[in-house]
Amino acid sequence: MATVLEKRELTPVTKLFVVDAPLVAEHAQPGQFVIMRLDPHGERVPISLTDFDPARGTVTLVVQQVGKTSGMICSLEEGDEVLDLAGPLGCAAPFPDDGHAVLVGGGFGAGAVYPLARELRRRGVRITSIVGARTAELVILRDLLEPASDEYLVCTDDGSVGYHGFTAALLGDELAKGAPYTVCYAVGPVAMMRAVAETTRPSGLKTFVSLDPIMLDGTGMCGACRVTVGGETKFACVDGPFFDAHEVAFDEAVVRSKMYVDEERLALELAEAT
Amino acid sequence: MPIVYPAKTAMPQLDPVARRALWDEVAVGYTVERALAEARRCVQCQDPLCEQGCPVGVPIRDFIRRVALGDFAGASDLIRLKNVLPAICGRVCPVEHQCERLCATLGRLDPVGIGRLERFVADWERAQPRDGGAPAVERQPEKVAIVGSGPAGLTAASDLAQLGYGVTVYEALHAIGGVLRYGIPEFRLPKAIVDEDVERLRGLGVDFETNVVVGKTVTIDELLGPLGYSAVFVGTGAGSPVFLGIPGENLKCVYSANEYLTRVNLMRAYSFPDYDTPVKRPAKAIVIGAGDTAMDAVRVSIRLGAEEARIVYRRSEREMGARAEDYRRASEEGAIFEWLTMPTRFLGDDEGRVRAVECLRTELGEPDESGRRRPVPVPGSEIVLEANLVVIALGTNPNPLVPQTTAGLETDRHGCVVADPETGATSRPGVFAGGDIATGAATVILAMGAGRRAATAIHSYVQSSRQKGSDNGHGHGLG
Repeated sequence: MATVLEKRELTPVTKLFVVDAPLVAEHAQPGQFVIMRLDPHGERVPISLTDFDPARGTVTLVVQQVGKTSGMICSLEEGDEVLDLAGPLGCAAPFPDDGHAVLVGGGFGAGAVYPLARELRRRGVRITSIVGARTAELVILRDLLEPASDEYLVCTDDGSVGYHGFTAALLGDELAKGAPYTVCYAVGPVAMMRAVAETTRPSGLKTFVSLDPIMLDGTGMCGACRVTVGGETKFACVDGPFFDAHEVAFDEAVVRSKMYVDEERLALELAEAT
Repeated sequence: MPIVYPAKTAMPQLDPVARRALWDEVAVGYTVERALAEARRCVQCQDPLCEQGCPVGVPIRDFIRRVALGDFAGASDLIRLKNVLPAICGRVCPVEHQCERLCATLGRLDPVGIGRLERFVADWERAQPRDGGAPAVERQPEKVAIVGSGPAGLTAASDLAQLGYGVTVYEALHAIGGVLRYGIPEFRLPKAIVDEDVERLRGLGVDFETNVVVGKTVTIDELLGPLGYSAVFVGTGAGSPVFLGIPGENLKCVYSANEYLTRVNLMRAYSFPDYDTPVKRPAKAIVIGAGDTAMDAVRVSIRLGAEEARIVYRRSEREMGARAEDYRRASEEGAIFEWLTMPTRFLGDDEGRVRAVECLRTELGEPDESGRRRPVPVPGSEIVLEANLVVIALGTNPNPLVPQTTAGLETDRHGCVVADPETGATSRPGVFAGGDIATGAATVILAMGAGRRAATAIHSYVQSSRQKGSDNGHGHGLG
């Protein structure tokens, strides 16, 4: 059991939770994730770590409501117990010790790039963060990420704040202006990560994406999360979640992520009907 | 000279047609009358060869004699001396490759149904009122950590708790039992039995910690250091699924057996949407492989509504790894067997779902490394078998998490932790290993045997460390 200590509403559909999980917090590395299950009938879902504090024994998770289980997580309140929380899982992201990193966070992904920013800054790497959302009020965690970055750029699909357009387009503009990035990290919806990969491919800027395929156990046991990277099958749960974006077979990843769309819709409809 | 009936006393089982839609255990178990009849088929050899075939050395002849005399409690005591999970082993042991293969009646008559009798005794005992688990006579000051709650870990935990050690079992998943929980389906091993065995261990004082992924949540070094365990037993199993590496393997609805069975057994996807984890339930299923896991998977697919459920295996019936009983039951339930058939490619539809498996027929050539005849593809024999679900049941590799995160723990070229087969001792002092993590994928009973031997070795190791510690003026611990 892990107790929800704090809850913050980031947007109407995106919530931040600080959860009591001392062993996870003590061992976590930036880029890792946890698996959560809420009740005895529940499914196991992977969630990126947005932050971890070994001294307090807490982990911070950002969850966007898209289906039944994420909706249930979002409805947790302070003091509620999480039945199962396992982690930290996966590997730390690869980090350089110098240079200039550009972190691209799309939607809820703005949370997952925060621990990367913290680690890169610790290593003395200069940081530009690019955060995107549909509209101004959906831009999340500016208070956390902006102070952790040397440069903080925001973009919205409707232009209500910052650059008018997608994160990949803003990144492309910055690259065209000669931004001296030496490495790029992108976390967010798979279409956005793919667009970032295509944006950086021509210049060969080293780019890592955090893949979020369907997972079951999260410990390398089932292979549900297999992805093709550089022509080889990898398990995102133990080999990832960060992979070289220019090697990822995104077409396959997109198809596989839709394996249970019908079941997910049914589960959500039934949950909303009750 | 008593008359010995040539055939094994039949095991009552659920109707093959009715059970296609049921998750209940298929083999119902012997009645007292049937158990007595079967036990009386045992000729009570002077030198019982069957016992040499038992990896944990159950005193088979003597327990069967007790059964024949109607002394089921006595039989149970004898079995429990050597086997702490008899209700499980009586169901899942590949007896025809072990004890029953050596039965003296063999060749002329059916062997004695040793597995069925073991199960009968264990089930009889489960039905008796409990006096509560007897705690250890003498408490030891040391603690031992068990990593993984499968058959190896549970056995080691039981033995060490009875020796008086404080025992904590760490499990990565949210439920205890390892392969007994996620791998073996309810119709072959009811989960209530696993639950009872776990409760029995709790009664002995064993602590269970779920959701602890050793190597990630805590490390072996921390267990031996700050957490104060005097020794660690690693029984993390062979959890990493093997894929074929042929085109189309990552199409939707191509599952590893581990994924398919975990969805169904651990997550209860057969009750979706009452349970949240889904699983695909199409009309045409193909399972690749012919071991125990493949039989489990094909029988699960039938219960999930497959009208055509096929086993595709590149060798022949003779080389099949599955237990004879489960093969027979799969056949009775309507599984179709494509022997001498080797998948070469998975074909998908325009939405990326598997729709067929392209195969070549094979013939058997010379024996390979495993001693089984090597399948050789027949040129021009391509066939296309339709399937909307494919389960790959070709075995598993050792789970890499603990070896990857434990310095100085030697592994072999297969990724198995190198462990002394007699003691489970590894290259790291204080770290013992056994079961599939040390041997590669094998059986429940072999894992139990390894857990038991390691428990004995851990006991001597801890005692001698204590001796050294007190000689050096230290209280405890390994530094």
